[in-house]
Amino acid sequence: MSGTWMTTRAWLLMLPLLMVMVAVIGWPLVDTVGLSFTDAKLVGTAGNFVGIDNYTKMLSSSNFSRTLVTTTWFAVASVAIEMVIGVLAALLLNQEFRGRTFLRALMILPWALPTVVNATLWRLIYNPEYGALNGALTQLHLIDAYRSWLGEPGTALAALIIADCWKNFPLVALIALAALQAVPRDITAASLVDGAGPFARFRFVILPYLAGPLMVALVLRTIEAFKVFDIIWVMTRGGPANSTRTLSILVYQEAFSFQRAGSGASLALIVTLLVTVLALAYAALVKKTAGSAT
Amino acid sequence: MERKSAAFTVFIYACAALLAVVILAPIAWLFVMSISPAADLAAKPLRWWPQAADFSRYQQLLSTAENSAGAAFTASLRNSLEVAGMATVAALLLAIPAGWAVSRTPSIGWSLSMVIATYMLPPVALAVPLYMGLSYLGLLNNVFGLAVVYLTILAPFTTWLMKSGFDAIPREIEAAAMIDGAGLFQTLRIITLPLAAPVVATSALFAVLLAWDEFFYALLFTSDQRAKTLTVAIADLAGGRVSDYGLIATAGVLAALPPVLIGLVMQRALISGLTSGGVKG
Repeated sequence: MSGTWMTTRAWLLMLPLLMVMVAVIGWPLVDTVGLSFTDAKLVGTAGNFVGIDNYTKMLSSSNFSRTLVTTTWFAVASVAIEMVIGVLAALLLNQEFRGRTFLRALMILPWALPTVVNATLWRLIYNPEYGALNGALTQLHLIDAYRSWLGEPGTALAALIIADCWKNFPLVALIALAALQAVPRDITAASLVDGAGPFARFRFVILPYLAGPLMVALVLRTIEAFKVFDIIWVMTRGGPANSTRTLSILVYQEAFSFQRAGSGASLALIVTLLVTVLALAYAALVKKTAGSAT
Repeated sequence: MERKSAAFTVFIYACAALLAVVILAPIAWLFVMSISPAADLAAKPLRWWPQAADFSRYQQLLSTAENSAGAAFTASLRNSLEVAGMATVAALLLAIPAGWAVSRTPSIGWSLSMVIATYMLPPVALAVPLYMGLSYLGLLNNVFGLAVVYLTILAPFTTWLMKSGFDAIPREIEAAAMIDGAGLFQTLRIITLPLAAPVVATSALFAVLLAWDEFFYALLFTSDQRAKTLTVAIADLAGGRVSDYGLIATAGVLAALPPVLIGLVMQRALISGLTSGGVKG
């Protein structure tokens, strides 16, 4: 069979997917770009061309810079905690002990729990009047009076980060565990003979095997954390006093709550650009790590 | 082999117990809330175990009596099932031919890379035109419209999974069948697809989990019982003026049950699916 026919046939089989992707992703993206240069409202008139006004307005607003800081803080803190606890949990699960299979199965639970259910669960735990966290901390005499964990700007973001970490560290742990199980036994044994302590062993023997998969997990988790919407919308809607408002929440408010489709679109594209730059920077890093690990 | 002192063993078991508690406590509490009488949940000091288990909320939510909390909940349950089912079938119909094509003809692989790169796009970058488009087509607040939108998430992911699945099936088997005179579609139907059945099943389950979990588009594009999905119904309950926290917890348990069961039954396949991306890059 000739190569050109093979290629044509492959394209024909790709065609349905590509057509649907153009319809539900390509066209909306192009349309968002067009909208971002207009003052269109969500419903009604098409809007007038306003050049780059939306962009300059959005980038110079204090809302944007504050939201960017909140989003970065949420992403960095939650991903860092998830990676550290995830790797520690994987190192534990890689040991031999009774109940290991059971514990590994448990790790599936937070991952499988729908994000909205997770958010609702933690919202109930943090409840200022009846929540389990207040109940436990008062019964342990760690606090005197019930507090509104999600209602105070000082604690709301930290409370959200904890809820996000609880759901997502098991995924990191499972990925790291799969990588750990690929470390050949004789290499760890040889390092023991050579007198490597536990930290040297982790740094020089185990970490090279973990680096590649962990980088991928890091990239995916960071991108997701940067786009975060669901958990924050359900738990705080960006409040109190906008202290937990992330970029996606800000776009939602601009485009759908205030119905300003034009400026909402420009903001959405700024977010897209930030995520893309982040992903490209990471991709370069992944290539470097993959090169040096092997 | 590694030398293991008694202290090290104790340390390992202590860590394992801590990890188990961290994972289980919040989930157990969700269930306890769902079966605790409202008075116990409001008690100070908080009562951690109900004096008498009360399963009436499950009955209440699963009843279909007109205008009850149950009617709204069961409607959203049905909508979630419909949307997840339609979107999953559609995603697989697109993913199987595309995944096979890329697997056997690597020179067109860049087109799949482009499709997968759309993962980086935040849904907010597509939301406004999708809203206007659905509104124009009369598909706002419609399960079919929502299922089409879900293809933005499901189709790239399932295609990528199917492609890795086909990669693992040697093309020599297909070539042998073709030499014996089978046509392309006959070969795919008789030889390749049966071999790929486990991957198709894994992809389908992943797709169902993704659709079941989706919240953002459902929040934007649905407005009442005709199309609202479970995630939106639960967010409504959590954000509304419901005085019985146990009822919210019960809705959470019911919504979590299908994905958690899928997760536990399919552990092995799910973990290899999750990690194939992680390990292979």
